[in-house]
Amino acid sequence: MTQADTSRDATGGTLEASGAPGCSAESTHVAGPHAERLENLYPGTPATVDREQGLVLYRDMVLGRRFEDKCAEMYYRGKMFGFVHLYNGQEAVSTGVIKAMKAQHDWFCSTYRDHVHALSCGVPAREVMSELFGKETGCSKGRGGSMHLFSREHHLLGGYAFIGEGIPVALGAAFTSRYKRDALGDASSDSVTAAFFGDGTCNIGQFYECLNMAALWKLPILFVVENNKWAIGMDHNRATSDPEIWRKAAAFGIPGEEVDGMDVLAVRAAAQRAIERARSGEGPTLLECLTYRYRGHSLADPDELRAQAEKEFWAQRDPIKRLAVHLTEHNLASGDELKAIDREIDAEVADAVEFALAAPEPSGEELTRYIWAED
Amino acid sequence: MAETLLFNALREAIDEEMARDPHVCVMGEDVGHYGGSYKVTKDLYEKYGELRVLDTPIAENSFTGMAVGAAMTGLRPIVEGMNMGFLLLAFNQISNNMGMLRYTSGGNYTIPAVVRGPGGVGRQLGAEHSQRLEAYFHAVPGIKIVAVSTPTNAKGLMKAAIRDDNPVLFFEHVLLYNLSEELPEGDYICALDQAEVVREGTDITILTYSRMRHHCLKAVQSLEAEGVDVELIDLISLKPFDMETIRASIRKTHKVLIVEECMKTGGIGAELMALITEQCFDDLDARPVRLSSQDIPTPYNGTLENLTIIQPHQIVEAARALKAGVI
Repeated sequence: MTQADTSRDATGGTLEASGAPGCSAESTHVAGPHAERLENLYPGTPATVDREQGLVLYRDMVLGRRFEDKCAEMYYRGKMFGFVHLYNGQEAVSTGVIKAMKAQHDWFCSTYRDHVHALSCGVPAREVMSELFGKETGCSKGRGGSMHLFSREHHLLGGYAFIGEGIPVALGAAFTSRYKRDALGDASSDSVTAAFFGDGTCNIGQFYECLNMAALWKLPILFVVENNKWAIGMDHNRATSDPEIWRKAAAFGIPGEEVDGMDVLAVRAAAQRAIERARSGEGPTLLECLTYRYRGHSLADPDELRAQAEKEFWAQRDPIKRLAVHLTEHNLASGDELKAIDREIDAEVADAVEFALAAPEPSGEELTRYIWAED
Repeated sequence: MAETLLFNALREAIDEEMARDPHVCVMGEDVGHYGGSYKVTKDLYEKYGELRVLDTPIAENSFTGMAVGAAMTGLRPIVEGMNMGFLLLAFNQISNNMGMLRYTSGGNYTIPAVVRGPGGVGRQLGAEHSQRLEAYFHAVPGIKIVAVSTPTNAKGLMKAAIRDDNPVLFFEHVLLYNLSEELPEGDYICALDQAEVVREGTDITILTYSRMRHHCLKAVQSLEAEGVDVELIDLISLKPFDMETIRASIRKTHKVLIVEECMKTGGIGAELMALITEQCFDDLDARPVRLSSQDIPTPYNGTLENLTIIQPHQIVEAARALKAGVI
């Protein structure tokens, strides 16, 4: 549903006492209100893909999934350290948005849950895995770690570990795009920036500040909310006064769209609409992708709060299986072909691990390198 | 040649650099139509347009973060803190993003950005508008910190800061904007990392910066009459310190007095004293002495405010005692 489709009045309702404080979003759905929203989602027109495009999406999502599974394994085997946040379940968002954009032309900005965004941007699995192992061959030379993946080559503005801080940085990249076009007179400057962040971030000031500035200056940016319902242990419905984040766009006079974040073709279609608007100078879009992370917040999270029924609801809507069904039903690929891709990805991930294990540690002599621009 | 006011010296520097490099832009509150709260960007909006001199909403962390993203993607933004104290709201963006990002990215990105504005204690502006953030930001890795004190160094340092490929925190002082002097002709820059020897002397080294330079100059006049020969050094670069110049001076005078406007605890002088103790211990004939502001929120009342920051007579007394060996 887009902003134009809604006639619901955000302020017209009657306020009623609602039982326990902070639990205003009542739902009788067995898997909770987030699941209920997904089920009631107005079905948008999904993107149509040909065989080649479909396989790009499939490959990217499988790479994201298998890479993260391998990270969990390596973490528990003591090969990577610190806070590691996995993306399992949310692949349709990264793939749906980033693969609709232009690699090494458009810009991408992520959060602490950034491995899969980096992979979708084209950062080689070897470089991402090496970074997680803290090796010199990592995309951030082992200085960043899981939450600080960067690649100038692939226009990854970074993984930002604090909530919300990446959004203004993404806004800056979008500003540069417009600046080059309108202040420097470079008519070819049409890059679009995608800023990814979660539902928890939509309660922080920078989110609203940046929506405002992006709207004011019609900046070419996509605000992509990965609403996975949980900010560690804080249920989205206990954290925000209006859980429908996409509707907040209306306050800034920009389009907002609610998207099935478990359907890569739905995400792709919404992204394509937003990219088209951004590239043609019509400004920003807020996309709220309803999704779910299959694992805990990080590998250090015991994940004790979330209900089994809720987890099962989302597992049944797995984005990879869904695309596989689409591709086979539309005769775009056979099951065997997809299995062959799975095996190729497994080999790619295994190669990344092998590469990262054998890669050199950063030299202690270069401990203070990269502080200054000249070094 | 006519004299130039300090705020106009800054304006000239920004104007010249914007003309020289179209990637240089200004963003902040009231920098455009209003011309800047201290008129440092007056009329630049008409000359360069609204994108290059961008009036932002009041959203310090977001427009500072936007400058980081702009710098990462090829622009050279100058962020104005209407009052530097407001940039407490942008502490995360200055620290985590401007300061640390080049390192955490393993050299993927550079951040050529300047964050400038009025700092220091003014006249009865109250505690929140009387901050000395140079001390708060001092521990942040990856940023250069500069404090200007005269129209000449303001212009030369601003141009150097804009051309530098690293993030620079550029402290002006709210009470120095109307200083005036004749500027050197032509396109000159001052080195960001070099202290300025304001007056050579043999008895005592005084290290200071920003407005306190002018308090020290007053004190030096009295001390001169008493026969105390002061070597006065304006630090200019608060991070990193120009230790070469400082060491050379202490080797000559063997006595050092630090005069600062920031608070004593965790101040600029605290770090300076530690470095001097580490590097110049054998050259010192007396313990280093520090004159700092009181460790309190700056009071509104004028008398109390004057008691909070160092006054010239205190500098005279400390220098006299240091020379006489009674400290």
